[in-house]
Amino acid sequence: MAIILDHVNYIYEAETAMARVALNDVSLQIPDGQFIGLIGHTGSGKSTLVQHLNGLMKPTSGAVYFDGKDINDPEYDRKNLRAKVGLVFQYPEHQLFEINCFLDVCFGPKNLGLSQKEVELRAYDALKKVGLPDEYFYQSPFDLSGGQKRRVAIAGVLAMKPDVLILDEPTAGLDPKGRDEILDLISELHDTLGITVILVSHSMEDVANYVDRIIVMNKGEAVFDGAPKEVFSHYKELEEIGLAAPQVTYVMEELREAGFNVNTDATTIEEAADEIMRIFQ
Amino acid sequence: MSSETMLRTENLTFEYIRRDEEGNVEGITTAVNGVNLEVKKGEFISILGHNGSGKSTLAKHFNALLFPTEGAVWVDGMNTSDAKNIWDVRQEAGMVFQNPDNQIIGQVVEEDVGFGPENMGVPTKEIWERVEESLKTVGMYEYRKSSPNHLSGGQKQRVSIAGVIAMHPKCIVFDEPTAMLDPNGRKEVIRAARALNDVEGITIILITHYMEEVIYSDKVFVMDKGQVTMQGTPREIFSQVDKLKELRLGVPQVTLLAHELQKRGLNIPDGILDRKELVSALKGLRY
Repeated sequence: MAIILDHVNYIYEAETAMARVALNDVSLQIPDGQFIGLIGHTGSGKSTLVQHLNGLMKPTSGAVYFDGKDINDPEYDRKNLRAKVGLVFQYPEHQLFEINCFLDVCFGPKNLGLSQKEVELRAYDALKKVGLPDEYFYQSPFDLSGGQKRRVAIAGVLAMKPDVLILDEPTAGLDPKGRDEILDLISELHDTLGITVILVSHSMEDVANYVDRIIVMNKGEAVFDGAPKEVFSHYKELEEIGLAAPQVTYVMEELREAGFNVNTDATTIEEAADEIMRIFQ
Repeated sequence: MSSETMLRTENLTFEYIRRDEEGNVEGITTAVNGVNLEVKKGEFISILGHNGSGKSTLAKHFNALLFPTEGAVWVDGMNTSDAKNIWDVRQEAGMVFQNPDNQIIGQVVEEDVGFGPENMGVPTKEIWERVEESLKTVGMYEYRKSSPNHLSGGQKQRVSIAGVIAMHPKCIVFDEPTAMLDPNGRKEVIRAARALNDVEGITIILITHYMEEVIYSDKVFVMDKGQVTMQGTPREIFSQVDKLKELRLGVPQVTLLAHELQKRGLNIPDGILDRKELVSALKGLRY
């Protein structure tokens, strides 16, 4: 179920005086099962990009292929695509609307035209997977904490059984523990379900800890694409486009400048601690 | 109370009644429970706490958006529960909220900034002087004729701050001002807050979930279950890594790295706050 973007361009309000290029010749391959971090400052084209992946937006030119088929072909079943490529928007809890959590999660699969029994099985399964305690299933989603609401919203997308799960800033507004809990959950879903996960984030520390590939967007272009270590080794260029490497990467750089013989490619606390201990032993 | 005190709460308690859809009382929640704190003029204060710990409810008492169920709040010597003080309190204690889109109302940046002083009845000529001065303070003067819609999140938030400064407050409460911003936007806003404190001497109260943002504060309060459970300098607070974790909070990544190195046997001090301190501590070990 790989996704391929082939020379995708997107121009807002094309052919008017207000035309703005949002995606500029983006070509990417997203194979099955990867855990990808998509980073870039506000307005860099991240959200425009992810909305192309499930056909919410159509390229001005270029093509998007899912499982070998052009998703913008007039014959293509885009409804099914949106079940297969699940998109969790920013602050997804604002989209909760039902009288209890269980019914809210049923909404997606019900719209796929599944039997009532299948809908309920999927909703139950999805709520279990996001770790919502049973006693909340029949409570109003509005009585839950911020982190719990967000779990319910993610369950709503999981109940569609997507092959690709895209989350736009899933930790925005949560406290540090809440952030860790949601990221651990996403990582666990990636590992146990074997699905592709694309995490749109501003937090380099979060991304470095979890993903195996980072795509950096700037001015509508994918400017870096590689393993976290590789991408963060360009920390000077990242700063120029309004981003930064994780704090520990800078610590290692400063240690080296201070005359310590350390490798500077650590991106997590664990790696940095290992490297510092190595020279002190 | 000395004239050096900007803000003081005494046994501040706030309760609200939860109702079901028919309006029947389901129960009473105590969001803030017996808080006593004092903020001096010119201080930079941070408040930390997990989601639901009561920090935003507390903050809304500082400019009379909420009133204590029990206890009292004084802003610059004025009791906020006294109806005759309410407009003076709101002018002296400004507030900046999380979502910039919810607090910008003007079609043009300079109109938006002028809204506050206009409502205070400031003469027109002085309004324009204040608008100019406020926009210059936050570095947004060159955008004064722009539409707020075309600004980035960090820029919008700086316009919101200018709108507050134009009212000439003595104190500004920032309620998670960076939660919706990217790293650049976060830096812009925190830099603006620190400059207001350093240069203009405005008292700042910063509520945030980002631990890196509080390391320059004079004092940090940590809230849990509606109460202040820890208070001290950033160094004192961030020395207690395990306690903060119990409270669903974290510490800056550099502090965490230092803590990890300590656990592995390196002799470095508690409460390292930034990269410079860590590098010099490690240098000290080598020689």
